[in-house]
Amino acid sequence: MTDWRSEKTARDARIAAGRAHAQGKVVQATSVVDLLEAVLKPGDRVCLEGDNQKQADCLARGLAACDPSKIHDLHMVQSGIVLPEHLDVFETGVAKRLDYSYSGPQGGRIAKMLYGGQIELGAVHTYLELFARYFVDLTPNVALIAGVSADRDGNLYTGPNTEDTPTVVEATAFKNGVVIAQVNEIVEKVPRVDIPGDRIDFVIEADKPFYVEPLFTRDPAAMTETQILIAMMAIKGIYAEYGVRRLNHGIGFGTAAIELLLPTYAEKLGLKGQIATHWALNPHPTLIPAIESGWVKQVHCFGSEVGMDRYIRERSDVFFTGADGSLRSNRAFCQTAGLYACDMFIGATLQIDLAGHSSTVTQNRVAGFGGAPNMGSDPHGRRHPSAAWMKAGHEAEIVGDRALMRGRKLVVQLVETFGDKLVPTFVEKLDALELAKKSGLELAPVMIYGDDVTHIVTEEGIANLLLCRNADEREQAIRGVAGYTEVGRGRDRAMVQALRERGVIRRPEDLGIEPLDADRSLLAAKSIKDLVHWSGGLYEPPARFRNW
Amino acid sequence: MESLTFRHSTTKPAAGTKPMAIIGVVASGNLEVLLERVLPPDSCEIAIETAIGGYGDVWEAVVADFVARAQPGGLRISINDGGARPDTVSLRLAQGARLMEASA
Repeated sequence: MTDWRSEKTARDARIAAGRAHAQGKVVQATSVVDLLEAVLKPGDRVCLEGDNQKQADCLARGLAACDPSKIHDLHMVQSGIVLPEHLDVFETGVAKRLDYSYSGPQGGRIAKMLYGGQIELGAVHTYLELFARYFVDLTPNVALIAGVSADRDGNLYTGPNTEDTPTVVEATAFKNGVVIAQVNEIVEKVPRVDIPGDRIDFVIEADKPFYVEPLFTRDPAAMTETQILIAMMAIKGIYAEYGVRRLNHGIGFGTAAIELLLPTYAEKLGLKGQIATHWALNPHPTLIPAIESGWVKQVHCFGSEVGMDRYIRERSDVFFTGADGSLRSNRAFCQTAGLYACDMFIGATLQIDLAGHSSTVTQNRVAGFGGAPNMGSDPHGRRHPSAAWMKAGHEAEIVGDRALMRGRKLVVQLVETFGDKLVPTFVEKLDALELAKKSGLELAPVMIYGDDVTHIVTEEGIANLLLCRNADEREQAIRGVAGYTEVGRGRDRAMVQALRERGVIRRPEDLGIEPLDADRSLLAAKSIKDLVHWSGGLYEPPARFRNW
Repeated sequence: MESLTFRHSTTKPAAGTKPMAIIGVVASGNLEVLLERVLPPDSCEIAIETAIGGYGDVWEAVVADFVARAQPGGLRISINDGGARPDTVSLRLAQGARLMEASA
């Protein structure tokens, strides 16, 4: 007789073993290791919630302290490798295999451990791709998640940083998995129910509030004239040119500069209401002046940002908020919004090659992708038109029946030709290829493939790759904005001039921009303190950004 | 430290009559540029003291583009570089040339 309920039986046994360390669903912080050792089995697939921002850190410390003779060879399936403990478990032998998306702060250590063979790597995913696999072939046996508060029945309030939690719980709880939540406090009644209690098996009151990484705060005081010049070109040469209303901004000083130029430079160009009205975006503090000036209609968020909670509560016309008043973010939905409902992704990268492939992997750091490849790709499943999407599509394809031409997502790379320490952004060969070779990866970790990139903006100008008709033109268009890097100096000057005459390359002067006008006086806010003023005191920046 | 000097001939003198200008600051990733109108109007000289060695060919390219665009005849330009990127160098040179366009 086939047993069709073996997973359910195994789940019941895990819960029963865990109950020995709980009162109902509630477990003391001092019993975390006992609980994990009771519930987990060697070889389990485990999601230790490490998001872009929110971290289940109490559970991470507990997992790292488990006895590897009892718990070993776990297969970790989580979007973010952010805390040291996320990698400690591979050093102790508790975990063996890894599938993930993003590893910002641990990028250096993860590279070392990959080269050293301590981690058996499945793949580096995009967020949506990893979430999708949770429901197909990477379904967790156990999920270790984080929330702000819970009641004794397990009803969970995630607070503004909901992020990945609903997706992780959905995949685990409905496929015979066990869900363990750490919360900052156990309360009588939660402010709102983000996850219903019948999907949560154990609740732990953590020894301290979960850690949140302030990832999206850029101090206007550190913005350079070059970044302002690039922002001016992007606004005039791309936002205005295509009438981009629905968009996503990646992290970085370039996009932050654009946000700060909307109420000043873009307003002078008469673009208010014509561009940048609807966003898939984390609540960037640098967007505050544009919001306060009436530029922004709506923002849906992947996660929150430290210090923005009070401001968001008071701006519920703009942000998605719950009945309790606080932000409701959701990474899976916002990534989907960025992929299908936005006409443009604009963001930075560390390396671009001659075909336009970009990567944030360098010899010593594997930063992962996060969401950039989802939003920075042309979705072939899109069927609704918009002016920006259609114009880009027509530029790419000039022959055929217009009614049968699909549009194109604008995918814009915003880079300075040289990065920190005079490291060139433009290269003949991506470091990602070397990494793939050294660590035996079948696929080099490319963040955005060249055929998805539509524009590259540098301080030297804009290269419109949609208008390139062959690989040679594409290469020269890229070299033509690569400045004084070796790639830039290796350009064919005659061909670059011809591309400029066709408008494939546009210099600041071609756009009517005088580089000497790129001045910090154009920034709507010149410091974090200015942002606080713009917000009417509602924005509460974290301590490390307070320098007054 | 590395010292580099480039001499170019120009087709016309730098506009304006201002005898001297200074722009920028010596700081990490930035540079200070001193411009003096002391040479014959058909020549210019750019002397660089840089904190980072090994970028002679980049400096040569940046300076050649600046001279071709700005035609800074008669100017001696001294640069104190704190490891600025080429785009910052170009910008400061252009800002300096604009300052010299004023009348004395």
